[in-house]
Amino acid sequence: MMRLVAIPLLLSLGACDDPSMHRQNRYETYGKARLFPDDAEARTPPAGTVSQSALARETALADPPPVDAALLERGRQRYEAICTPCHGYTGHGDGMIVQRGFPPPPSFHEDRLRAAPATYFVDVITKGYGVMYAYAARVEPRDRWAIAAYIRALQLSQGAHVADVPGLAEKLP
Amino acid sequence: MVQIFRPGADTIARIVLFAIPTVPVLAVGFAYSLWHSPYATAQDVTREQPVPFSHEHHVGGLGIDCRYCHTSVEKAAFAGLPPTQTCMSCHSQIWTNAPMLAPVRASLAEDRPIEWQRVHNLPGYVYFNHSVHVAKGVGCTTCHGPVQTMKLIRQAAPLTMGWCLDCHRNPAPSLRPHEAVFDVDWQPPENQAEVGARLAKERHIASPQRLSECSICHR
Ligand code: HEC
Ligand code: HEC
Ligand code: HEC
Ligand code: HEC
Ligand code: HEC
Ligand code: HEC
Repeated sequence: MMRLVAIPLLLSLGACDDPSMHRQNRYETYGKARLFPDDAEARTPPAGTVSQSALARETALADPPPVDAALLERGRQRYEAICTPCHGYTGHGDGMIVQRGFPPPPSFHEDRLRAAPATYFVDVITKGYGVMYAYAARVEPRDRWAIAAYIRALQLSQGAHVADVPGLAEKLP
Repeated sequence: MVQIFRPGADTIARIVLFAIPTVPVLAVGFAYSLWHSPYATAQDVTREQPVPFSHEHHVGGLGIDCRYCHTSVEKAAFAGLPPTQTCMSCHSQIWTNAPMLAPVRASLAEDRPIEWQRVHNLPGYVYFNHSVHVAKGVGCTTCHGPVQTMKLIRQAAPLTMGWCLDCHRNPAPSLRPHEAVFDVDWQPPENQAEVGARLAKERHIASPQRLSECSICHR
């Protein structure tokens, strides 16, 4: 008789949901953490901390990678993800956010910016410019060069002449 | 002789006989469907957020790319939630006085992060990683649904083990070209069966046996 009661009772234990497995005793990424005074799992490094990758980042920022198709493609991806909301797909400074009232940035096709060296674009991404915030936290050093290369390609594309492309004049109606 | 059973007894006996085998089956079925129901999996639930941030507005309306805000989604397990700075890169100039955005401005002024309520949350014993899925071409909307139409984000998929396995056993139908991973309007082409199989081969997707090994997700 005891067994008849005990076995189903034991079996029914299997249905219990043990919350200690579900919510384990560890902090989740960017979660709350009662251990620290500011209640946050993500810790701010003490002032003056130099990260292990700092040297590599400095180097990547100092010398530009060789420009090839892969770098331009990477630049296009990054540019279209991060810069187009304001600068627009072609760099005329007419992105969607500008159409909704954001102060319009200058066009990349004005003479001053055509003449600017690639380092200038890398610098603007790193430090920001006027009302434009710095994008250093969101764009890796190598990607900044890639974007600069892509902006160059955009500038070429917008200032191209039919005569620059062999055989194009014949194809145009 | 005295009648023990009333005329209706026959019916009752039949119902009882019928119920003896069916009720346990139905009960198990009911429990199972409840267990997988949106009620138990928190599917389609929205959460009250400190700021009513709308993906419909920012993604659907303005066409901002996921990576503008979810910066680590290609590199890390965690997709990343935008810091206050990211909101302010636009809202320092537009909608600067909107009461709806007061918590964002307060967060910047007091240097205190905004506490977004988590919508998706797998149990602690499950390991999930965004970067591998993005690198192999599984798009955001395959798992998160049409975020460009969501005023408040909700969990579109059940996130049960069965759901993960359904794809791990046959990922080809959900594989996209790399440039379409962040495209919220992507629709599979008509020859997706061929394209998917080719992409799976090119990207060296592991076998269904390997991808359903317990240690892939429970490590
Ligand atoms: C939120 C909108 C916004 C985004 C996103 C943005 N910019 Fe800008 N950018 C601006 C505005 C506005 C200006 C003009 C600032 C001023 O004159 O005060 C500007 C100016 C510039 C300038 C020109 C500086 C000059 O000398 O006139 C460059 C170069 C530039 N941005 C590059 C970029 C790149 C590269 C990205 C992507 C990584 C980017 N921006 C993303 C808004 C934006
Ligand atoms: C302008 C910034 C921004 C953009 C662009 C953006 N998001 Fe978000 N996303 C947020 C913020 C802020 C939250 C946290 C608040 C919330 O849950 O609504 C969030 C939350 C989410 C969540 C839920 C996270 C959780 O708590 O479980 C998902 C899923 C998500 N975003 C997917 C996407 C996808 C997919 C895209 C691109 C199509 C995208 N987001 C674009 C800002 C953004
Ligand atoms: C790339 C620029 C950009 C970024 C980044 C951005 N917003 Fe916006 N946001 C806008 C624009 C533009 C509008 C106005 C929409 C319109 O005019 O249709 C807006 C509107 C809003 C509104 C009010 C309208 C509504 O119902 O959605 C809220 C609230 C808001 N944003 C919150 C946020 C938060 C929180 C963040 C940071 C996670 C954020 N935004 C990041 C551009 C941006
Ligand atoms: C294979 C399915 C899948 C794909 C593809 C996917 N996600 Fe997720 N996402 C999830 C799951 C599952 C979670 C919950 C993770 C957890 O609780 O640990 C999640 C959580 C999130 C979160 C909350 C933060 C976090 O990492 O826990 C954000 C933001 C998010 N996803 C954005 C995106 C974006 C943007 C994309 C497209 C680049 C994307 N997701 C693609 C399944 C997916
Ligand atoms: C729509 C399809 C899809 C869904 C849904 C999905 N995955 Fe995946 N997952 C993949 C693909 C494709 C890969 C890449 C496999 C490879 O590279 O061999 C992958 C890889 C992984 C890996 C890394 C495997 C390794 O080799 O180490 C983990 C971990 C993982 N998934 C966990 C999950 C979890 C947990 C869920 C459910 C919450 C989930 N996935 C849902 C398609 C999916
Ligand atoms: C593709 C990822 C994936 C693989 C592979 C996988 N699981 Fe899971 N498993 C999950 C997820 C996600 C959950 C959480 C389900 C939920 O919360 O409803 C889970 C939950 C569980 C649970 C708890 C169920 C509950 O309701 O409490 C057990 C037990 C389990 N898995 C065992 C296994 C075993 C055994 C294997 C190997 C045969 C396995 N899993 C392989 C993703 C996976």
